[in-house]
Amino acid sequence: MVRSNSPLVERMTLVWHDWFATSDDGVGSSRLMLRQNALFRRRALGSFEDLLLDVTRDPAMLVWLSGIENTKEAPNENYGRELMELFTLGAGRGYTEHDVREQARALTGFRADWDDGVGLHAFRFDDELHDGGTKRILGKRGDFDWRDACRLCVRHSTHSAFFVNKLWSYFIPVAPGSGTRRALERIYERGGYKVRPVLEAILMHPQLYKGPRMVKPPAVYVAGMLRATKRGVDTDSWTWIGHLMGQQLFRPPNVAGWDDQRWLDTATWRGRWIAVTNALRPAQIDNDQDYPEDERSAEAVDKALAFWGNPTLSRTTRQKLEAFSERCAQTADRPWEQEPVRRLRQNALRVLIATSPDLQTS
Amino acid sequence: MSHHCCQDFSRTELLRRAAAGTTPRGPATRDPRMPEAAGKGLDRRQFLLRSAGVMLTVYGASRLDLGLFDEGVAQAAGASDRVLVNVFLAGGIDSLSVLAPVGEAKYRDLRPKLALPGGGTAFAEDGRLQWHPSALPLATLHGEGKLSVMPAIGYDHPDQSHFNSRHFWEVGALDPKLVTGWMGRYLDRVGTQDNPLQGLSLDGDLAPAIATARVPVAAVASPDQYDFWAPGVWGDVENFMLDSFASIGNGHAGSRDAAMRAAGAAAAQSARLRAQLAPFGSDKLTGPVAYPEDDSGFAGRLQAISAMLAAGLPLRCVALGGPGDYDTHDSQPESLTENIKTTSDGLLAFQRDLEARGLADRVLVQVWSEFGRRAEENGSEGTDHGAAGIGFLMGTRAKGTMVGEFPGVDRLDEDGNLRATSDFRAVYSSLLEQWFGHDAAAVIPNAGRFGRPALVR
Repeated sequence: MVRSNSPLVERMTLVWHDWFATSDDGVGSSRLMLRQNALFRRRALGSFEDLLLDVTRDPAMLVWLSGIENTKEAPNENYGRELMELFTLGAGRGYTEHDVREQARALTGFRADWDDGVGLHAFRFDDELHDGGTKRILGKRGDFDWRDACRLCVRHSTHSAFFVNKLWSYFIPVAPGSGTRRALERIYERGGYKVRPVLEAILMHPQLYKGPRMVKPPAVYVAGMLRATKRGVDTDSWTWIGHLMGQQLFRPPNVAGWDDQRWLDTATWRGRWIAVTNALRPAQIDNDQDYPEDERSAEAVDKALAFWGNPTLSRTTRQKLEAFSERCAQTADRPWEQEPVRRLRQNALRVLIATSPDLQTS
Repeated sequence: MSHHCCQDFSRTELLRRAAAGTTPRGPATRDPRMPEAAGKGLDRRQFLLRSAGVMLTVYGASRLDLGLFDEGVAQAAGASDRVLVNVFLAGGIDSLSVLAPVGEAKYRDLRPKLALPGGGTAFAEDGRLQWHPSALPLATLHGEGKLSVMPAIGYDHPDQSHFNSRHFWEVGALDPKLVTGWMGRYLDRVGTQDNPLQGLSLDGDLAPAIATARVPVAAVASPDQYDFWAPGVWGDVENFMLDSFASIGNGHAGSRDAAMRAAGAAAAQSARLRAQLAPFGSDKLTGPVAYPEDDSGFAGRLQAISAMLAAGLPLRCVALGGPGDYDTHDSQPESLTENIKTTSDGLLAFQRDLEARGLADRVLVQVWSEFGRRAEENGSEGTDHGAAGIGFLMGTRAKGTMVGEFPGVDRLDEDGNLRATSDFRAVYSSLLEQWFGHDAAAVIPNAGRFGRPALVR
C-alpha cells in the first residue's frame, strides 16, 4: 500500500485479509502466511468464487481453521461453520446447525505432512480421508466435496446480499439503501460473482463522496502518512506499532477479522500517536538546524500542513492549531528563545495535525 | 504440532498475551518455531515487575498527594464503592473438565481419552463432580464459602458461534444488534463524565462488556506506559501540545459526523487518562501477598487492580481476559491443565491480596466463558463447541453456594451438549440488584423474565 502503483489491489488484499482473517498466531508459519497474502493479491479483483475455492485449500487457512484436522473418521466443524457464518452467508442467515455438520463432512479430505525441520508441508487432498457419502446441505442433496461446499454457499440465495453489504462496509460506513443493494446484487450475479464490477460501482457511488466519514484502519492510516512523507517501509517497527493501534498485519484478533467499529479507544489512540511520532522522527527539526525566528503563528500551521501534503482541515482544527501556535509564541519572552520555541512548535504541529480527527478519518 | 484450534480467541486475548511478553519495543512471539521478534526488549518478568511496580507508586503517591490526580478522579474516588471484576475465559472453557462428572458412568463413554480419573477432590455440593487437579485453589475458596459455582450456566437455544455467544454475554441479551455492554449500561446510569477509570479494561483494548453510550471508560495495555512523547518537542511546548490534542479532540466531540466524533472523543479521553495515570512511574514490586509466576500477565494484572483500589482509584467495573485460549478443539489436556492452573492460582492470590489489604468486602469477581464444550470428545483429543458451561463468583461477599444444579451428562440436548440450569442474564440481574443495589430492569432487557439467584451475602 505504501509504494504500490496499484493501490486498489493492495487495499483489496487488505480487505481479503480481514474477510478471510487468518492469524500467524495460529498458523505459526510466515511462509504460509505470505503464500496466502500472494493469493489475496492475485485474486484481489477477480471472481469471488475462485477466491473462495483457493482460500478453502490454502495451507494457512487449512491450518488456521482445522481443515487438515477434518477427516471422515473425525469431522471438525471449524471451517464449515465459518465458511457460512463469516465468509459467505452471515450468522444465522439461511443455514442451520445441521448444515454446519454436513458442510464439515463435505470439506473432509485435506491433509499435510509434518517435519520437524520444515513444519507442516505437502498440503493435499486425500480421497482416503474424504467422506464420499451423501450429504444434505442448504436444501440440496448429493455426494458433495469441498468444491461443492464453496459453490453451494456462493449460489445460495442469501449470499449476494451478504457479499454486497460486506464489501460496501469497507468503504462506506452506513449500509446501502435497499435499491442500491439490489442493484449491486444484480451486478454481482450477472458478472458471474466477479469482484471488480461491484467494487467499481461502490467506488463510483455518491455515498462514498458525500456520505459520513470513516475512521481509517490503522494500516491505511500509516500507509497514508508514509506516502505523504515519501517514506518507504524502512523499519519493522510498524509491526509492533500496528499491534498498539489494534491492527497488526498477519495477526487479526480472530477469524472474524478486525472490528471496524472499534478502531479508537484510549489504548489504540495512543498507538496512533506513536505511529505518527515514528513516521515523523526522520524529519524531526533538530537543535542544530536554523529556523526562522520571526515565523508567525498562521505561517507555522501552513508549513506543518505542507509537510503532510496540504490535507483539508476542518475550521475547528485549524482554529485550535493556530491557538496552540500563538500560545507557543507567547511563551518565548526573551529574544534568544524565539528560534528554539518555533522549532519545537513546528515539530509539535506536525504531530497535532496527523493525530487530529481530520486525518484519522477519511 | 502446536496446539491450535478454531483460533477464535478474542482480540483482548491476543493483545493481552502480546503485552505480557513485551515492552513497547516489540510484539511477543508465542510460537517457539518462529524467530524472535526484532527489537524485543525486556524479558517477561521484568515487564511484570514494571507494570505492577507502577501501581505501588500510586499506592504511596495517592496518600501523600491526592492533588496529583485529575480533579475529577479525586472527587470521584470513593473508598467505599463496590467493585465488580469481570474475568473472561476466551474460547469456551470445558466445564466437564473443571468439575468433572466422574460419578457418572456416561462420562467415560463420552470421553474415552479425555475423562479425568476418579479419586480426586470432590465438589462439596454435588458428589458426582470432582475438581480438576489444577483447580484446587478454587476448591479451597469454595471450602471457605467464598466461591459460588454455576455448573451449567447458559441460555435457551444456545448459539454455538464464538462471536454470537460471546456477544450475547457481553451485552447481556440475546440481541445481535445491541452495542453497549451490560456493565457499560450500568455505568451509563451511575457513572460520571469525568472519570474514565469507572470502567477499566486491562487488555489494551476496550472490553465490549463495559462499552458505554454516555460516560467515558478506559482501556489501557499497561498503566505505566501511557505517555505521549513526540520527537523534538519538550518543555512548555510539550505541555501545550498535550493540552492541544485534548482541545482538538474536545472540539470535535460534538461533531455531527460519527467518525469525527469518535476520533475527537478518543483524543479527549486519552488526554484525561494520561493525566490520571501520570503519577504512575516506578519499577519496584512489593505488596502484602506474593502472586504466582505467570508469563501470561494475568496475575500481574490482578495485582495491579488490587494496588489501584488500595490507592483509592475510582474503579467500579473492571474487565480483563483470563490467561490462555480455551477453544480446545485438539490437544485439550495440555493447554487446559496449564490454563486452569494459571487462572485458579491467580484468582486465589488476588483474593488473598484483597483480604490482606482490607479490600475484600468491596470486590466481587465474576468469571465467565462464552459456552461450554460438546460432552462427547472429538477425534483430535479435543472437544467442539458446546452449550451450557461453567461460571464462578468469587469474594468474601459471594454467597458461596451453587447456582443451578449440575444437569448430568445422561440427558444432553439434541446437539449433545449440556443443558443450562442457570441463565447469565439472571446472574447479571442479581449482581446489579444485590451487589450494586441498582434496578436490573434499567440495564438488562426483559430483566423481569429472569430469576434472581441469591449471589451476595
